[in-house]
Amino acid sequence: MSATAIWTIPEVRSALDARKISARELVKEFYARIERRNAELNIFLALSPERAYAQADKVDAAIAAGDALPALAGVPVAVKDVISTHGIPTTCGSRILQGYRPAYDATAVTRLERAGAIVLGKTNCDEFAMGSSNENSAYGPVRNPVATDYVPGGSSGGSAAAVAANLAVAALGTDTGGSIRQPGSFCGVPALNPSYGRVSRYGLIAYASSLDRIGPFAHTASDVATVLSVIAGRDPRDSTSASVPVPDYVAGIGKSLHGLRIGIPDDYFGEGIDPEVRKKIEAGIALLEKLGCKRVSIRMPNTEYAIAAYYIIATAEASSNLARYDGVRYGPRVPGATLIEMYQKTRGRGFGAEVKRRIVLGTYVLSAGYYDAYYLKGQKVRTLIARDFREAFEKVDAIVTPTSPVPAFRLGERTANPLQMYLADIYTVTGSLAGVPGISVPSGKTASGLPVGLQIYGPAFGEDRVLHMAHAFEQAGGQEL
Amino acid sequence: MKISREDVLKVAALANLELSHEEVDTYRSHLDDILTYIDKLNEIDTSGVEPLTQVVAASADDSSLREDVIVRADIIAEVLQGAPDPEAPYFRVPRVIEK
Repeated sequence: MSATAIWTIPEVRSALDARKISARELVKEFYARIERRNAELNIFLALSPERAYAQADKVDAAIAAGDALPALAGVPVAVKDVISTHGIPTTCGSRILQGYRPAYDATAVTRLERAGAIVLGKTNCDEFAMGSSNENSAYGPVRNPVATDYVPGGSSGGSAAAVAANLAVAALGTDTGGSIRQPGSFCGVPALNPSYGRVSRYGLIAYASSLDRIGPFAHTASDVATVLSVIAGRDPRDSTSASVPVPDYVAGIGKSLHGLRIGIPDDYFGEGIDPEVRKKIEAGIALLEKLGCKRVSIRMPNTEYAIAAYYIIATAEASSNLARYDGVRYGPRVPGATLIEMYQKTRGRGFGAEVKRRIVLGTYVLSAGYYDAYYLKGQKVRTLIARDFREAFEKVDAIVTPTSPVPAFRLGERTANPLQMYLADIYTVTGSLAGVPGISVPSGKTASGLPVGLQIYGPAFGEDRVLHMAHAFEQAGGQEL
Repeated sequence: MKISREDVLKVAALANLELSHEEVDTYRSHLDDILTYIDKLNEIDTSGVEPLTQVVAASADDSSLREDVIVRADIIAEVLQGAPDPEAPYFRVPRVIEK
């Protein structure tokens, strides 16, 4: 076994079935890889070897007993640090949760482990999932494994990088305005943001509750489908999880794309898109046409208002969700003479710059006298953006866009101007506001070798379609365009 | 200028957030840029448009509420372990009621 080889889910299964390796040996191999690379890449914030080896031994015992193995038996996975793991440090990339160990597991983690997956540890991210470069982590930025002077994207940069660096077979991330898809694009791995309500968020530490979702990263669209099949579905512990039936996403792939209508929004190809990204996306669209898709030009006229609406809604919800971090129940406390002073000092020192900026903005847009002008207006514009998608899906089966207008940028290059950083989320926040699923798949590389991501949007609960398209695109050589 | 230092201080007080003098200046300037950008929304007429608060209701049928059943969690000891100043079964905070 090579020390850097890619392992996909079927490869893990066939190696276990053939007794070429045990689950315990595979976990040991992945920890050895992490040991070699983590000091440089800063992907893992915490490792959970005790729990991982215990789970591996269970898988090995099942193999020895000749039991039927579940879908993810022995598959080493990484979990973003905003997702609760019982007894394993969960910091959200923040100082304010330093040392916090949840007393319970998120449902997505429970479901992964029930399917035999092995949680290796927790991945670095922008603090409370707020950021597009991973530079807002209190524990230092992740480096992009493809080019280590570059950001991995954010906020789920650690999860994307863990898969890209072959330090995990699959990983869970979270997406509020693009935080799964954009790092997937920057690191060159498939990354799915499922429909709002598709995956339970019980145990996900909230950023913006009307937008937050959990979704998978993996090496192939097929592996993304396997992980989604495991984590999707209604959970009585999350009232926003939908009871829409979960199809077998893996069985749904492999069909022809012939006759599928793909909508290309003119509004997504205006100014601001990097010329190399545009070229690779055009090539990606041409490849989909070659596979039998019919290109349809569409309009999504409210796109230009998406960023403004998103940053109102997301920061407003964040200012409310983050009120709970006050030095009383978890994390470090900074003493004060009064209760209020203790709150103020704990929060002032515990939160990083971007989180404080968003709390201030969110509190402002919700405050007396401004609520109608900002928050209510933002929600009305959200209605119009959701309508753009609904109307588009009356004419087309999927919408194809770039994931990000730019490829990965250098560490430190964009930190001075927060608004500029926000504007680059344009292609992902629209789908976040509308609640629809979107996958980013690798679509070639720039001349300097940086991955470009092509995004495929489907209608709500149309994950089967976007996965099937992503798989066909990948099989036809999309990554090498 | 859409937002003053005083606005930032007022909002920071509402959010129980201590900010340094320098942070107040930085955030004032950033928020000014962002709020100016957000003014873009005034270009669209939204009269008669309903606000969208929750997408799941529009895309799924799920309004089902479960029975409200009390389940013992028995995690008090574990939860208190992570608290900065626990005194079982309580969280201790600075005095809020005068003697």
